[in-house]
Amino acid sequence: MKSFTYERARTPAEAAAKAARTPDAKFIAGGTNLLDLMKLQIEAPTHLIDVNRLALDKIEPTTEGGLRIGALVRNTDLAADARVRSDYAVLARALLAGASAQLRNKATTAGNLLQRTRCPYFYDTNQPCNKRKPGSGCSAIGGFSRSHAVLGVSDACIATHPSDMAVAMRALDATVETVRPDATTRSLPIAEFYRLPGDTPQRETVLEQGELITAVTVPKPVGGKHAYVKVRDRASYAFALISVAAIVQPDGSGRVALGGVAAKPWRIEAAEAEMPKGAEAVTAQLLADAKSTSQNEFKLPLVKRALAAVLAEARG
Amino acid sequence: MPHSRDLRDPDAINLDRRELLMAAAAAAAVVTAPSVAGAQQAGTGVPSMKVSFTVNGKARNLELDTRTTLLDALRENLHMAGSKKGCDHGQCGACTVIVDGRRINSCLTLAVMHEGGSITTIEGLGTPAKLHPMQAAFVKHDGYQCGYCTPGQICSAVAVLGEIEAGIPSHVSADLNARPQATVAEFRERMSGNICRCGAYSNIVEAITEVAGRKA
Repeated sequence: MKSFTYERARTPAEAAAKAARTPDAKFIAGGTNLLDLMKLQIEAPTHLIDVNRLALDKIEPTTEGGLRIGALVRNTDLAADARVRSDYAVLARALLAGASAQLRNKATTAGNLLQRTRCPYFYDTNQPCNKRKPGSGCSAIGGFSRSHAVLGVSDACIATHPSDMAVAMRALDATVETVRPDATTRSLPIAEFYRLPGDTPQRETVLEQGELITAVTVPKPVGGKHAYVKVRDRASYAFALISVAAIVQPDGSGRVALGGVAAKPWRIEAAEAEMPKGAEAVTAQLLADAKSTSQNEFKLPLVKRALAAVLAEARG
Repeated sequence: MPHSRDLRDPDAINLDRRELLMAAAAAAAVVTAPSVAGAQQAGTGVPSMKVSFTVNGKARNLELDTRTTLLDALRENLHMAGSKKGCDHGQCGACTVIVDGRRINSCLTLAVMHEGGSITTIEGLGTPAKLHPMQAAFVKHDGYQCGYCTPGQICSAVAVLGEIEAGIPSHVSADLNARPQATVAEFRERMSGNICRCGAYSNIVEAITEVAGRKA
């Protein structure tokens, strides 16, 4: 690990301003992903701003009937919250399907959104990777690509976003609240939060330098049956090959977001009009622009079958 | 008293097998020499920082290179070698300790982030003379082979029963709104962050089951 100076932030706006004016500064909250990457020198901040003592660890009702989830709410606490369990079960299920209990005890809501890909070439500093070292090339294209993206890919990068929580947040139409270095705040719909790789896979979100997530809000509960189906190589403690977050209403309408298939949670609202017709019709639209490799093309039928299972279960 | 010797001193390892297994399960409290880390770092230009927290109820004041993980602070600065370094990347769980009531991977957190914190390690759960019930159950059920993952397994197992008691659901909890049950399926899922290369899982589950039953 490269050496760094360290400070404890006192207010969100101060933390954002400091991060913007300090070259190579990073926020640290749970640290479970950042420290892993720092040990490998994939991340090498020269200054860490510890945001753990900011009072951003509450889950509060919003005036619109939803929930405002503080950026520092730990994954364990979010999944265990009674309101989340009863009204946003897809979110609780997604959180519980991710990582290990030790990691969920540390990992935060904002940090979960901002975690980096687990593409093995991103992690292997001996290999070219456009995300880690822009312009160096992509080792996954033409390499081992079984775990990689099949949607929204570019010639520069086919990495997936690893979060389960973000997939549920996308299905729930969550909003990311931030404070910027000039102390102004903004609200970003999660649909607009992540960038697809394009020519700049190193830029993963629309956040500006120094911009700090303060909360994630979810609108009032939409009812229906909630499911999060994660298909992975082990029964526990493994990243998704694919995942399906779904909310299915009694009339068969609903919402579907996919994980493990792209650099962001994948949802196409127009495809959801097909939900009463079944998984085949929905995935025909959801996966229409898929670009798979011989090693990850299995993800396409897997998505369809996982969604079919979810819909069958919801119909009861 | 052999159990209080520094485990890094090869001359200290003269225990018989049973004593060694007891020591592994309890990870005997090790002598705590005064830390010289601060002095070593003075003048090197490497950023260091003071931090104070309690470990197993005892106040500790350290000056550390900011890069020092909680695991390294425990092992290298406080000479408490019970918490183990397996992968050092949060994948194996050998470094599991309980911080402010929650089990975490001590390898993936910086010591300086725990100012004012309360840390419980395997050395704080029990001693070879007075084992924690979970340590005793691991010994009884042979919940290990080489013993390297054992301190992390035991810290995790103790926390698992607390989490079920607190009503925290898991991936295998059928009903998110019901109280989770102390079942084998729950133990297996909740212990998935602790890897045992020797494959002692079935005996670990038996040990946890026994302690859970005793509590009920």
